[in-house]
Amino acid sequence: MKRITTVLLSGLFLVGCGGGGGDASGGGEGGTPAAAATGPTGTATITGSISFAGAAPANPAIDMSEEQACRDKYQSQPTNPQVVVNDGKLANVFVYVKSGLPDGATYPAPAAPVVLDQDGCLYHPRVLGILVGQSLEIRNSDPVLHNIKAVPTVNRGFNISQPTAGMTSSRTFNSPEVMVPLECNVHGWMNAYLGVMSHPFFAVSAEDGTFTISGLPAGSYEIEAWHETQGVKTMSVTVADGGSATADFSFGPSA
Amino acid sequence: MTRRILLLLLVPHGAAAAQDTPGKATYERWCAGCHGDAGAGDGEAASYMLPRPRDFTKGVYQVRTTASGSLPTDADLRRVIDEGMPGTAMPGWRTRLSERERNDLVSYLKSFSRFFQTDTPELLELGRAPGGGADAIAEGRQVYETLECFKCHGQAGRGDGTSAPTLTDDDGHPIRAADLTKARNFNGGAAVEQIYARLRTGLDGTPMPSFSDAVTSSVITDEQLWRVAQYVRSLSPQRQPAVREVIRAHLVPQLPASPDDTAWAGAEAYFVPLVGQIIVAPRSFAPTVDAVWVRAMHDGERLAIRIAWHDPSRSPDPVWQEWLDRVAASVHRDDTTGVVQGPDRLILQFPVSASPDAEPPFFLGGSSRRPVHVWRWESEPDRVQEGSGAGLGQFTPGPASQTTHASRFDNGEWQVQITRALTPVDTAAAPVFTPGGLVPLAFVAADGSSGENEVQGSVSAWYAVYLDIPTPGRVFVQPLVAAVFTAGLGLFVILRAQRRERGAPDSHAEAS
Repeated sequence: MKRITTVLLSGLFLVGCGGGGGDASGGGEGGTPAAAATGPTGTATITGSISFAGAAPANPAIDMSEEQACRDKYQSQPTNPQVVVNDGKLANVFVYVKSGLPDGATYPAPAAPVVLDQDGCLYHPRVLGILVGQSLEIRNSDPVLHNIKAVPTVNRGFNISQPTAGMTSSRTFNSPEVMVPLECNVHGWMNAYLGVMSHPFFAVSAEDGTFTISGLPAGSYEIEAWHETQGVKTMSVTVADGGSATADFSFGPSA
Repeated sequence: MTRRILLLLLVPHGAAAAQDTPGKATYERWCAGCHGDAGAGDGEAASYMLPRPRDFTKGVYQVRTTASGSLPTDADLRRVIDEGMPGTAMPGWRTRLSERERNDLVSYLKSFSRFFQTDTPELLELGRAPGGGADAIAEGRQVYETLECFKCHGQAGRGDGTSAPTLTDDDGHPIRAADLTKARNFNGGAAVEQIYARLRTGLDGTPMPSFSDAVTSSVITDEQLWRVAQYVRSLSPQRQPAVREVIRAHLVPQLPASPDDTAWAGAEAYFVPLVGQIIVAPRSFAPTVDAVWVRAMHDGERLAIRIAWHDPSRSPDPVWQEWLDRVAASVHRDDTTGVVQGPDRLILQFPVSASPDAEPPFFLGGSSRRPVHVWRWESEPDRVQEGSGAGLGQFTPGPASQTTHASRFDNGEWQVQITRALTPVDTAAAPVFTPGGLVPLAFVAADGSSGENEVQGSVSAWYAVYLDIPTPGRVFVQPLVAAVFTAGLGLFVILRAQRRERGAPDSHAEAS
């Protein structure tokens, strides 16, 4: 009965996130069977800048003395880039359309993988987004053992060992989830955060705090900005087709 | 449908309600105390345990035959219910619950997590172990190095790697890197095949990753991973060590000078299991030390006892502060004062005057009515104090030290040798060790980096040390006399028979 319902819903181009992890899993392995159900796109753009108001907290120093191969990649004592502020602008903020797209809209996963690199015993990038079913390619650029553990709550996790430089592993996620923490247990300071999305309307603020989300259909959206230590802020934005709207966020003690 | 109605008709009314959900009643009676009514791992006893009871709502299980991140099979769940999780508070239920009850528990556990409705277990092809042997183990050691297993498990496999103090489970509770020399505590079983399976599947929910990707991407071969399993297995005794209550002190011409003296290999090692001290407050619910190995020797003048045990930290050690903070936050403590790192400790206690007939004093450090004599070693400063104990932590130093000692910390193992004259200066205050006699003794161990001390530590019951007596000369002479006599008698019989044969040449014919 459930299967018949699913087939019927597919026929009506209404297969949505609510369809369950099993469907999304199939999409991840078999290419883009959900292409027929692609959600709307457009030419609207949302841009913004993330400010950090007040004094930025100092990032903790990392003692890499046990991992000389990683330590050698830094000229001075490495720090854990939890809060990256340049000229009052905050990097590594995950900004995404939280609501406003049609219910159940899905978008095909791009064929190109999202790459997560382990280099100098830190993750690069630290904050990243991926589509449901899209491949996350995890790379070890360090000649040391890393394990990559994903600790999601909505998705299934994994914990993979990568003992040598040059090794890659790929994984996919079945359901949207903001954010999936990734960690290395050999190096307790290593953390990355992955936003798993059902649509491509997300971005991560750059070193200068700016971000751009493009290709949106016209509409009113709730935009959420997420930062690993500074929390979450939301904003409502309306944008016309071909138009552009601004969504500036401010984090920090004086925000 | 018809069948269900028939079944309902067959079952008495009252029982029908109880059997609505198979496994529920059994779960609530036997499992909920630790795992919680809703399976969230938050039962009343949960905060007294490390590691914590499993949270079934997440559908994340350590011991599986499936890929990392995958659900376990029903057989995987049944196995854990049947066998328990050695080294944790989870017992095996094979002999306590019927097969049907255990199967019902499997389906009830699965009902706690939505993942069992949407996902299917991804089984791994695990294959069979290749032949082992010394070369296989040596190669396994090399791969252990290549894979950097030592980062967590340590160079000697004792769970003392550089990353060990930082390890947490998925919920942020501190978790030990397994001591690979204690196969008896391996959650998934001690067989090579089971160790290999853990390498392939990882232990989900813990820092232990899966090495399946390393094999599929040809970083190592499948055979090399088997070699690691064979090497890891070789680090533990083949059989679970037996507990023997009497520790034999071998008589030797000369006592070893230090705990790493090779002469100690000549003395039998005795396994003494320890448990958390949970009788006197403040109690110890998740102790580090679960056993000590004891050897003893005497030379007719002095007794030397060597105690060895595994402790990943040489306490106090600032590197382990992070660990202690997590333990303090995770495990229930009776004392509300700040938790600080102390030294590692080992306490030996003896009845003040040993008499084989008398019942020994209270095993937890004696009592004011019947105190014990105490040898109290600590790592920082490295010293042994002797004195009188009137209960755990109720220690009064004696007038003078009569013991000498030497201690050594090596890759997650403490080795302490304590030596004393068989006869103390004050025979009324300390036990006299007599060759041929038994002296009761009991042990307390504490890991200072986990906030343990002489009260909150691990304890043993009473054991006894027996001192070999010198072998009397007659033991050697009597067999010699007997041998000469027997040979002489034999010779006499033979000679006599030969003589008779010569005298009666037809005897053979007569006999036939």
